[in-house]
Amino acid sequence: MGNVSQNYTSALPIIKSKLSKKGQKLISKKEWPVYFILTLAGFATAIASNAFIKQIADVEIKVYNVAGINLTFNTFYRFVLGLLILIYGISGIYSYFDPIRRSNFAYRAPFRFAVGIGLGLWDFLGTKLLLLPQPFFPGPAKILEAFIMEGDFIWENTLYSLRLFVVGFSLGVVFGIGTGILIGWFPKVYYWVYPVLKMTGVIPAVAWMPFALTLFPTPFMAAVFLIIICAWFSIAGLTAQGIQSTPKAQLEVAKTLGAKTSFLVFHVAVPHAMPQIFTGISNANGFAFTTLVMAEMMGQPGGLGYYINLSKVWSAYYKVFASILVMAILFSLIMKIIAKIRDRVLRWQKGWVKE
Amino acid sequence: MSTNHPVSEGIILKIENVNRTYIDEDDNQVEALQDINLSVRRGEFLSIIGSSGCGKTTLLRLIAGLDKPETGKLTLDGEEIVGPDPQRGYVFQQGGLFNWLTVEKNIATGLKARRVYKKNKDLISHYINLVGLTGFEKAYPHQISGGMAQRVAIARALINNPKVLLLDEPMGALDSFTRADIQEKLLELHKKNKTTMILVTHDVDEAIYLSDRIVIMTPRPGKISEIMEVNLPHPRDRGSTQFLAIRKEILEKFHLASALPQPEYTI
Ligand SMILES: Nc1ncnc2c1ncn2[C@@H]1O[C@H](COP(=O)(O)OP(=O)(O)O)[C@@H](O)[C@H]1O
Ligand SMILES: [Mg+2]
Repeated sequence: MGNVSQNYTSALPIIKSKLSKKGQKLISKKEWPVYFILTLAGFATAIASNAFIKQIADVEIKVYNVAGINLTFNTFYRFVLGLLILIYGISGIYSYFDPIRRSNFAYRAPFRFAVGIGLGLWDFLGTKLLLLPQPFFPGPAKILEAFIMEGDFIWENTLYSLRLFVVGFSLGVVFGIGTGILIGWFPKVYYWVYPVLKMTGVIPAVAWMPFALTLFPTPFMAAVFLIIICAWFSIAGLTAQGIQSTPKAQLEVAKTLGAKTSFLVFHVAVPHAMPQIFTGISNANGFAFTTLVMAEMMGQPGGLGYYINLSKVWSAYYKVFASILVMAILFSLIMKIIAKIRDRVLRWQKGWVKE
Repeated sequence: MSTNHPVSEGIILKIENVNRTYIDEDDNQVEALQDINLSVRRGEFLSIIGSSGCGKTTLLRLIAGLDKPETGKLTLDGEEIVGPDPQRGYVFQQGGLFNWLTVEKNIATGLKARRVYKKNKDLISHYINLVGLTGFEKAYPHQISGGMAQRVAIARALINNPKVLLLDEPMGALDSFTRADIQEKLLELHKKNKTTMILVTHDVDEAIYLSDRIVIMTPRPGKISEIMEVNLPHPRDRGSTQFLAIRKEILEKFHLASALPQPEYTI
């Protein structure tokens, strides 16, 4: 709302109720610069320590030519840190104008500062002194070197993983919700299918790997199959529970309003089951990431798991870390997207605050 | 249409020799309704009162078509009641709203279920206005009060333009101010729409204040013990001598009818 700052005092209780984190406080505009500087100072320290502390240990620093610019892993590392400063700087300035965003930004400031300092320390111990056991624990700059060396290849593998995930997971969600509705609505289906679902549901999807690889013509399809079944079972179970817990009163009211079976299913039972369906989707999400990476490590021609395997063979552990970093970013993004969709769909729930 | 039940001008709903028995958890037979005969007049406001467990909800559910009688039959304008139908609107005591729909979408449900939404969209704002919820169209059920929720439920049933509106203790969970507010609303709607209303209540005053006739039921087995006419002009004065006389009469009948040392009602 635009007039929040005008009615600051009267709006205060509402604003306070929107602070979602424990221990989160409102921050005035006067206090804001402290948090702004704190946020950026950590990363600035990391840049400074990388740029000004002398390289003590004997480490090979290669020079790469990327798009006409000469880069070493150090300059690239500083570039990435600079990018972070830019992003946090912009988001900090943006947050200045809104009390909620300001509070959120300030809330995260100490943590971000610590991340910056941590990176600086890691860089000092891992690269400047080379004190961490090599080659297992490379410094942060070394990890980023993988992106200068073979960024295209990592990107290709990321896309492979993403494609695998999107195809497998969306099919799993569709099948899961579909069977969940059938099981939850028809007692006969429940009787015959639910026990099977319960039994197979506890088996980790990768256990089916040998079958999958022989049953399907391509490894891609085999991996899609594994992701489908791991999403399918957990979503189907929770969907069925949600459908079954639909209050009788709501179904009866709908009947007296003229609803036929399809309306009862899709306009009463399914919306009622939505919170549980999303719990199922979130659970399945975690299983699907695990299955995806394991499947890729067990025989895929591409993907981030494949890249890990390949790098391990060459003892290029910094590439393993690079791959893990990409996974962390990719999977958090996917989770965030799903959470956004969930918040949108479930905006009718108690506690959801209207913007 | 069954031919052996000619449509009578004055009678909209006929309940004939209806019995309904339940088996409870201890395998005992519970005669929820025994030998019920009742004719409801077109356009009247009928209240059903009686102690808890005397079969009021069972009777209302039979009329709604949500339950079936063991013997006997129910007919609406000569047509036998075989299942739920938008001609017979139903308002539950509470919890009947769809939490995931806004006020206006809850009210529109009947139109969507009957696939007549496109043609009748304008009705929504009309009914929202009728129950006095203008301004709350986009609110979700958890954001409105209990009294408002019941008004939504009433509007949602009325949008189908039912012949009969069945109300099962719709004000039972409300505070007395909200209750009085909804009572006025019901009277107003009854006057405007001429819909036949059947209200289950455990509040004797409420029954007298609203109804043209009051059906008194007694439990175990659930039976109709008396039907009383309330011949008072509207608006009724809860403190008038006539009002108090009817109230006394009902309570006395009640006392005798239920053969209990104390009336079960706290008024
Ligand atoms: N589905 C049911 N199964 C078993 N017994 C029931 C069921 N519904 C109602 N009864 C019994 O029938 C009797 C009448 O119930 P009800 O119509 O709900 O009474 P009221 O609405 O007047 O309080 C009660 O004794 C109740 O326990
Ligand atoms: Mg009841």
